[in-house]
Amino acid sequence: MSLYLLCLALFCVGLYGVLRKRNIVKIIIGLAIIEYSINLFFVLLGYRFHGRAPIDAQDQNILNMVDPLPQALVLTSIVIGLAVMAVLISIALRLYEKYGTFDITKIKQLKG
Amino acid sequence: MNSVNIIPLFVIIPLFSAFFISLIGRFAKRAYINFLSVITCLSLLFLSFSGLNLLRHSAVPALVYKIGGWVPPFGICMVLDGLANFMLITVNLVAFFVSVYSLSYMEKYTDRPKFLTLFFLMLTGMNGLIVTGDLFNLFVFLEIASISSYALVAFGTEAEELEASFKYTIMGTLASCFIFLGIAFLYGFTSTLNMADMANILSAKQNIWLINFVAVLFFMGFGLKAALMPFHGWIADAHPSAPASISAMLSGVLIKTLGIYALMRVFFNVLGMTDAYCSVLMFLGSLSIIIAVILALSQFDLKRLLAYSSISQIGYIVLGLGLGTPLGILGGLFHLFNHSVFKSLLFLTSGSIDYSTGTRDLKEMSGLKEKLPVTANTNLIASMSISGIPPFSGFFSKLIIIFACIQKGCIGYALIAVIGSILTLTTFAKVQKFAFFGELKEKYKAIKEVPPAMKFSMIGLAVICILGGFLLFPSLRFFLNDAAGVLLEGRDYAKIILK
Repeated sequence: MSLYLLCLALFCVGLYGVLRKRNIVKIIIGLAIIEYSINLFFVLLGYRFHGRAPIDAQDQNILNMVDPLPQALVLTSIVIGLAVMAVLISIALRLYEKYGTFDITKIKQLKG
Repeated sequence: MNSVNIIPLFVIIPLFSAFFISLIGRFAKRAYINFLSVITCLSLLFLSFSGLNLLRHSAVPALVYKIGGWVPPFGICMVLDGLANFMLITVNLVAFFVSVYSLSYMEKYTDRPKFLTLFFLMLTGMNGLIVTGDLFNLFVFLEIASISSYALVAFGTEAEELEASFKYTIMGTLASCFIFLGIAFLYGFTSTLNMADMANILSAKQNIWLINFVAVLFFMGFGLKAALMPFHGWIADAHPSAPASISAMLSGVLIKTLGIYALMRVFFNVLGMTDAYCSVLMFLGSLSIIIAVILALSQFDLKRLLAYSSISQIGYIVLGLGLGTPLGILGGLFHLFNHSVFKSLLFLTSGSIDYSTGTRDLKEMSGLKEKLPVTANTNLIASMSISGIPPFSGFFSKLIIIFACIQKGCIGYALIAVIGSILTLTTFAKVQKFAFFGELKEKYKAIKEVPPAMKFSMIGLAVICILGGFLLFPSLRFFLNDAAGVLLEGRDYAKIILK
């Protein structure tokens, strides 16, 4: 149970970063932390203590096995997260070129 | 050839073109690339119509394609039913006209192959999301479409576009995180990812609080993608900043596919619609109708006005679908189709004005009717359609939604829908007055009408706007009825897929 609560704590740290920080880079880091916490949570869902990989071989009787599907899904999710990070960081670099600052409160040409 | 085999083509064809264009983009002549892009969209449109034909003449209500031959609860399956077909036709119709329009419009941007790559990746994501029958697959396609739309919003790489794209990316990624968390909870609870199997297991178990918790996560995630009212902050920046043809795709189909379609599929067919969810949808819908149209009324940037108006029209769709009655769902889906046609047309006309005059500010333009007759007339048709003037398609769908509200006894919501419609009329009367009527300004004496490719798209969409009302004719009505039937059958969806 405590592991799940630590996941929630990690999620909240990330959310704090996205909502409260002014620096664009810190916002991006916050978003990355949120993604990691959710990935961690999903892997935990399929985990068994003292479990082993579900590789079926002859003369072996697997009693306590780890669910492999969340791991495959999280792998996909990590790749998606990487793509989002690449887009965000390249946008952040271009924003720095245009505005000369990483401060989100100074980047406000759009109104209405 | 087995008829089921056309289903994966909806994903394969745009995905192939996306990477093929980026491969040959550097060497090939521009004409070849243009030709390839139009042919791809045309073949997708043809495939979606032939899918409609196949579905109508087959004995089963849904065609199921099993990827790799794995039987559904274990493998990933793709499903083509009435609703999926309805959405495919809507998406590919708009995508075809947009691809023809961008032949000329995208001349002013550099690097056409990269634009087309992103465009087709977005189309892949949307088509894949529509046909998939697997919840995690839905998430993956949603992210493909989202990431390419983030990049397309920033395509101009000017200061404002980058700012809008940054805001959109942060919000969109948060929304995806919530959707992923919801899927994680559902997987943990049901140990399956197949939507039909999940619906079966959920209807056998009784654990109300978890489903409600997941429903809230999905409301946040998909609601943010659909720009429903409390989650609408990004749309007014992101949609105007993209190139006009992409704004037409984003506002016309992307928010509906990623938001409304995914929300409806998950809520009606997997989680099971209850009265509580219905009332939440109806409340959010009516909130969007009123507040967004008031915000739109005060705008002077043409594309920003259109983006706000999109939120309001999304409100109509959600209100209609949230009613949960057969008539309400029919009206909501019909409005979804109509809105994707006339809102893309409005964005395309705003792009034409931008192309000819170089401005988006309503105060700057005046009297453009004599110089841009095609743009002015198609814009007039779309404006009348969106504000619900009788012979046009928008009138019928709004009328059905209002009737459905009265039929269910929600007089207050019906009143809100009527007031919203009047305010929409005011908004678009303002557009007409400022942009097309009045004296032509001196600096616009020399402007010319847009090139033929752009004219073709605008006229084509305008014709669909005028003829859209014919979809309610008894002989053509199966198109909408089949789609509404899928939502009405609720969790019986599982029995059709898994039999």
